[in-house]
Amino acid sequence: MPETPPKASLRRPAGNLPPLSLHIPEPRYRPGDTPDFGDIEVPAVDATPRPGEATKPDAMRELCYGLVRVLDFDGVAKGPWNPKLSPERLRMMLRTMMLVRAFDDRMFRAQRQGKTSFYMKCTGEEATSVASTMAIDRSDMCFPSYRQQGILITRDYPLIQMMNQIYSNRGDHLMGRQLPIMYSAPEYGFFSVSGNLATQYPQAVGWAMASASKGDSRIATVWCGEGSSAEGDFHSALTFATVYNAPVIFNVVNNQWAISSFSGFAGSERTTFAARAVGYGIAGLRVDGNDPLAVYAATQWAADRARTNNGPTLIEHFTYRSEGHSTSDDPNAYRPADEATAWPFGDPIARLAQHLELLGEWDADRHQAQAKDLEGIVKTTQKQSEKLGILGHGMHQPFETMFQDVFEEMPWHLKEQCDQMLAEREAKFGPDWKPE
Amino acid sequence: MNMIEAINSAMDIMLERDPATVVMGEDVGYFGGVFRATAGLQKKHGKTRVFDTPINECGIIGVAVGMGAYGLRPVPEIQFADYIYPGLDQLVSEAARLRYRSANDFICPMTVRTPFGGGIFGGQTHSQSPESIMTHICGVKTVIPSNPYDAKGLLIAAIEDNDPVVFLEPKRIYNGPFSGYYDRPVEPWSKHDASAVPEGYYRIDLGKAATVRAGEAVTVLAYGTMVHVAKTIIDEIGIDAEILDLRTLLPLDIEAIETSVKKTGRCLIIHEATRTSGFGAELAALVQERCFYHLEAPVERVTGFDTPYPHSLEWAYFPGPVRIATALTKILKD
Repeated sequence: MPETPPKASLRRPAGNLPPLSLHIPEPRYRPGDTPDFGDIEVPAVDATPRPGEATKPDAMRELCYGLVRVLDFDGVAKGPWNPKLSPERLRMMLRTMMLVRAFDDRMFRAQRQGKTSFYMKCTGEEATSVASTMAIDRSDMCFPSYRQQGILITRDYPLIQMMNQIYSNRGDHLMGRQLPIMYSAPEYGFFSVSGNLATQYPQAVGWAMASASKGDSRIATVWCGEGSSAEGDFHSALTFATVYNAPVIFNVVNNQWAISSFSGFAGSERTTFAARAVGYGIAGLRVDGNDPLAVYAATQWAADRARTNNGPTLIEHFTYRSEGHSTSDDPNAYRPADEATAWPFGDPIARLAQHLELLGEWDADRHQAQAKDLEGIVKTTQKQSEKLGILGHGMHQPFETMFQDVFEEMPWHLKEQCDQMLAEREAKFGPDWKPE
Repeated sequence: MNMIEAINSAMDIMLERDPATVVMGEDVGYFGGVFRATAGLQKKHGKTRVFDTPINECGIIGVAVGMGAYGLRPVPEIQFADYIYPGLDQLVSEAARLRYRSANDFICPMTVRTPFGGGIFGGQTHSQSPESIMTHICGVKTVIPSNPYDAKGLLIAAIEDNDPVVFLEPKRIYNGPFSGYYDRPVEPWSKHDASAVPEGYYRIDLGKAATVRAGEAVTVLAYGTMVHVAKTIIDEIGIDAEILDLRTLLPLDIEAIETSVKKTGRCLIIHEATRTSGFGAELAALVQERCFYHLEAPVERVTGFDTPYPHSLEWAYFPGPVRIATALTKILKD
């Protein structure tokens, strides 16, 4: 057999050039290691200046590399970003974050009990959706990713409707079509959640462009994780936003982990995620995402900027995903079990409670009582929801709903397929089947 | 009007009638589009209604989804159908499923216009026919006009539709119908009946085929450019064929197909797109399922070959007169 010469690309050049090496990112700590984040730079609370909302992006680049902070680790609020919220507002923020956590705990358990297929908690990241939503107007439009249950809870969306969706039961207004947590609530300014990553980014820009072109005053706000900032859609969105100066707030929740891939696989070893804004010529802020007051202040700044036709802002929320990505993964398989506790920025609920205590507006007893109260509300609601069914225990929707809403009007081929499916149902369950 | 003028007129009328209509895409604004389909629209309707976009199809379609959610009626142009792939996720996973996944909370009343097909020496990146990819998506309608009159009426119906529509424009016949003989002079639309296009508003409902030529010997199913190629060959060899111009591939006018094939007993399907898993496969299956006992010959397909569209050999690729005549002879002999 004649020997085939190697393709040019496989042939090494002559000479003594040093061999290249390929870098594969690796997180600093793996299971069994002792995590130590002592070298993470934490600028002083009052070290980060607060520019005016109309500042040109190139005059505020350092904010992409710094950290907007308000609460120090003793619970004192200070510095130019302090939003100076009233004790009532602070207590409402605390209560909402606690309700999100109580809801998450209960629904996670429900999944473990086999009552639904899937759930995602946002433990440790509550501030990034709750404080953020509190800082915009109720009529502004939110384009969430999948971990922003805090938006709905902040806007008082009925918990039972969230649960009905999670259980895909008779009360689910999405008729069991969507994976749990993929809510949709237009009347609450909450866009339908997609399972595909970052697709909502250009959509939010489109909504914001429409609002601007109609002379509306509403802005759009959108979330993704640091992992999905690697998607093309993210960059499409930033390009359109800068080109049309769209009134939109981009939130990148940098919780360090995308399932088992650490943030290095989205580029964090080289720069910050807020710094993505620099190349697009839009404003960027990097914020302590576990500091609810900093999140509030940064979002308020960005909202004012957008609303005064000064354009979009990219906010990186520097935070930590304290638990698994979802009910489908075990974080202890890829990172140290105690990494969350080693994270130097603490817990957003504990930090806000501490701040309120310092102000003399809160105490441990009230905190405990509120936690218990919220747990009770969630539990009662859960019982009501479960009366409408749980996933996998019977089929809860009329079968023909499966074919509805593919189009506004059902074309002949779907009608035929619907008839076929109804015949299959009758063959299996008899003519008298009703939704369970 | 030629086809470009008819398409331009449809958008002009919808921009005028419905303040929610927005036209956008690469080069569509000031310049008026690389094929001139949007010429003059920005000047007439203003920059916020008709505008240029970045070269970013994911962004164009994604932004249009968001505009639809706001309440606008976007008409994005993808400069060539070959460039729709960077935006395909936004089309397949977002636009097409938004109504379904949100149970009518949000809809996507978007019409993606895009020129497709070959015969203009466009090479592999300006000649593709991706219609079967579109019809395979649940929740998108696929429309292909074959003449100026239909193009205007169908485009108006597409823009008014509350579901996403992919409107594929056969670019080979923008300026005149194509006989299939690349070596003969081009005929302008002005000699064709369908170039008589009313100035004002009218619509042609989606989902309805048109009978281009009534006949008894064989049913020919075609759309876009191939309608004209088929008609030329059939007239030349003098076969009493019935030609159906499908006009909308999804939803498909199955009644028209069934009625015709049951009458003639024979069926030839013609498309320019590659053969394997092409829309012809779907049509052949449907005809076989519904008309088997009326068939007197196997259903035949005449298509492009399963290769990328070759630049210099495009006329060897194109399903032209020889391929069509051979198939017709065979199907009538069987």
